[in-house]
Amino acid sequence: MTMKLYQLTIHQAHQLLRKKEITSLELVKSVFERIDQTEPKISAYNELRKEAALKESEQFDRKIKEGKFKSPLTGIPLGLKDNICSAGVRTTCSSKILGDFIPPYDATVVKKLKESETIFVGKTNMDEFAMGSSTENSAFKKTRNPWDLERIPGGSSGGSAAAVAADECLGALGSDTGGSIRQPAALCGVVGLKPTYGLVSRFGLVAFASSLDQIGPLAKDVTDAALLLNEISGHDPMDSTSSLRPSEDYLKALRPEVKGLKIGIPKEYLIKGIDPEIEKSVMSAVNLWKGLGAEVVEISLPHTPYAVATYYILATAEASSNLERYDGVRFGYRSSEVKNLNDLYEKSRAEGFGPEVKRRIMLGTYALSSGYYDAYYKKAQQVRTLFIKDFTDAFKKVDAIVTPTTPTPAFRLGEKVQDPLQMYLSDIFTISANLAGIPAISVPCGLSSTGLPIGIQIMGRYFGESTLLNLAYAYEQASGFHNQKPNL
Amino acid sequence: MATKYEAVIGLEVHAQMLTRSKIFCGCSTSFGSQPNSQTCPVCLGMPGVLPVLNKKVVEFAMKTALATHCTIGPLNQFARKNYFYPDLPKGYQISQFELPLAERGRIEIEVNGEGKKIRITRIHLEEDAGKNIHEGIEDASYVDLNRTGVPLMEIVSEPDIRSSEEAAAYLKKLRNILVYLEVCDGNLEEGSFRCDANVSIRPAGQAAFGTRTELKNINSFRFVQKAIDFEIKRQEQVLEEGGRIIQETRLWDTQKQVTVPMRSKESAHDYRYFPEPDLVPVKISSEWIEEIRKTLPELPEAKKERFVLEYDIPPYDASVLTQSKKIANFFEACVSLYHQPKAISNWIMGDLLNEEEIPLSPEQLTGMIELIDKGVISGKIAKTVFEEMLKTKKDARAIVEEKGLLQISDDESILSLIDRVMKESPENVEQYRKGKEKLFGFFVGQVMKVSGGKANPVKLNELLFKKLKTPS
Ligand SMILES: [Zn+2]
Repeated sequence: MTMKLYQLTIHQAHQLLRKKEITSLELVKSVFERIDQTEPKISAYNELRKEAALKESEQFDRKIKEGKFKSPLTGIPLGLKDNICSAGVRTTCSSKILGDFIPPYDATVVKKLKESETIFVGKTNMDEFAMGSSTENSAFKKTRNPWDLERIPGGSSGGSAAAVAADECLGALGSDTGGSIRQPAALCGVVGLKPTYGLVSRFGLVAFASSLDQIGPLAKDVTDAALLLNEISGHDPMDSTSSLRPSEDYLKALRPEVKGLKIGIPKEYLIKGIDPEIEKSVMSAVNLWKGLGAEVVEISLPHTPYAVATYYILATAEASSNLERYDGVRFGYRSSEVKNLNDLYEKSRAEGFGPEVKRRIMLGTYALSSGYYDAYYKKAQQVRTLFIKDFTDAFKKVDAIVTPTTPTPAFRLGEKVQDPLQMYLSDIFTISANLAGIPAISVPCGLSSTGLPIGIQIMGRYFGESTLLNLAYAYEQASGFHNQKPNL
Repeated sequence: MATKYEAVIGLEVHAQMLTRSKIFCGCSTSFGSQPNSQTCPVCLGMPGVLPVLNKKVVEFAMKTALATHCTIGPLNQFARKNYFYPDLPKGYQISQFELPLAERGRIEIEVNGEGKKIRITRIHLEEDAGKNIHEGIEDASYVDLNRTGVPLMEIVSEPDIRSSEEAAAYLKKLRNILVYLEVCDGNLEEGSFRCDANVSIRPAGQAAFGTRTELKNINSFRFVQKAIDFEIKRQEQVLEEGGRIIQETRLWDTQKQVTVPMRSKESAHDYRYFPEPDLVPVKISSEWIEEIRKTLPELPEAKKERFVLEYDIPPYDASVLTQSKKIANFFEACVSLYHQPKAISNWIMGDLLNEEEIPLSPEQLTGMIELIDKGVISGKIAKTVFEEMLKTKKDARAIVEEKGLLQISDDESILSLIDRVMKESPENVEQYRKGKEKLFGFFVGQVMKVSGGKANPVKLNELLFKKLKTPS
């Protein structure tokens, strides 16, 4: 077998660790060798912690030797999006304004993964403050799509998706506010799951839009996504919006049978401008499920056309407030040309934030301004309740809703940078799940004629992650698309 | 003839709550620590942290709402008030806006013997900001964030107040209620009880309100009255001179005793309020409200009525004694030791009201009153004993014995003193006997003087009268 250790999935690596055929040190070394080879081309990471990771793997190996595993993730190297705080490790959100920020605390998910004995390879690149769909808005570097280095990896969790696709880690965490896990997962050919709002603690996730943000896994296959979700989900007293539901074992959902499940295809999603190849891939996936015994019906989500507008009002409004703390007073970037307090604010923020972040702060500030609040923010909140109703009604009839994850495969670097509106439309299929707070997963569903990955999105009921994983697993096992790898 | 104006005043009080920890994190709320020592990532507003509501804060505000007859909403919600200032780490203050904790209450006040109801618009919760420090530093300012996140209650009145006296009465009453409830220490000087006043005037009889100004930085009851009075006069003058009142925020300048406009840049905020997405709305069930109601202590109003009924003291005494929970408790402790409520009330009202800490024990005070009642000392001597008690912390009886202050009550001793005085002023004796009876007081005073104030006044009167009426 010529398989390299870095190519392993988490569950494969765990089996080999259990059988003592490999050690965690060998695994981590292999991942860093891979990073040495491919990272110059991909630029997925903002920060690597090789020394610490090797040391940790040696510690875990001692326990593994005695057959002691704290979790199926013991000794497994993972990537962490750079907006998730890790104590003592730079957490920059790919922004100049947090360029030297080292948090003194761990995000709850980081704490949990440390308790599960995972190893963090490094912090992955992203669009600044998670605002973007191509990772081109990073203040530091442009991450490239492992399938075509001239193309973007998607965003904002582009670094995490590219790192997983390029085997620069075995799995990664991202965050999803309007599609930021699912869209890059689709464009890089990996699995990406946005959990139900409240299933995973947001404590320590640097906020973009608090009512939409959710941390989730990016993984090489559905089983790994379930394994990661098992470790990071659960109630957190530090996050008031975190759900009190008892934990579930998502591995139990990994069944190949889908008989009796009802899948809905929303007619509003088959819009003009959607790449015909994508439509074809999605329809063949649907047929595959049908063949496995699932029932497929057409449904309607009538308010879909308003999703993008609603999202860009709510998300930017919350962002404009969430980003007020970056004022140059206590932490982060401070302009050196400061004569008075106003200077301190204006110059630090003008020099510290990139253009997309500024654009969204302006949009959001406007939407909340007195005289405009009712017409924009309040109206958008009202429309949001209509999305929730759309989905509640739909889930009375079906168990899951299937759509493409993105309207097109990965676009070229620079292609949409000058056209923010076009960029915003690349999230058109993913935004609704955030507005409604429901879970959604993207799984690889083949390649385009140009060899670019295509993703299919499955959305489910509140806390219906098991149904999503069931459908995704059945599809993955039947299609085998997760075995396709980029040539690097 | 000059127009008669009527003032229209509404008050906003910010009361710091006496919870042990801050409103959204576990940091201590105590005063006087090293700057920035009582902080954590949450109250420092670091990236990624989230607020978690302290339930005690809600309960303290619920108590206040019940004590002021407010309606507590079944659902209240936090909102962000956005503005930039160095003492505000997140760039927004978590407050309440559309759905406050409680609404529509009232407080009853009394001014010049007349009762009046002042309506309360709302009570809402919010977090305090930190403090900027400029003093003693050149070319820089420092920020102390110990106070950031200390829980505040904002209590807003309707514009029902018509004079500075009513304003002061309202504030004293509200403060008293908060102190009784033990939800706030009510300290104006230290800023744990802060007041802003909205003041406008209108021609007497006019229904519509005039343009109001908001007065800030008033940190004592005295200044509240002065600032409001000044502002009413200032507005009258502006109108009389044909001017127009500008809606603005004005600061009370304690030194110059005037209100001055705040720079308009500082007051022209668009706070962009919106619901706080990091906190879920607070649900308050009627069961929870009833649970809190059961914990309410006896409030000043009820205590006053009970004092009148139970101890048979005048309503005036009862209302003075219940102005402070400490005094009321002291009074009751005294009465339980020695049942002479009126005498105890007199001593407390005369000598103890202005004391920060009550400087003697109930045992000491009642011990002394008992000595008076038993005729061991006179009321006059008691004054001396009282002073001595405060100084030495000794009991009344010990002081009386040590200082030889026992009252002279035996006939023989008093008669010998009377004889001495009569011998010293034979002409006055003669005048008295000729009918100048006013001189009786002179003799009482003289005998008291030679006795060192120790003569039993009742005995003295009786014997002196006999002696003067009987020619020798
Ligand atoms: Zn704190």
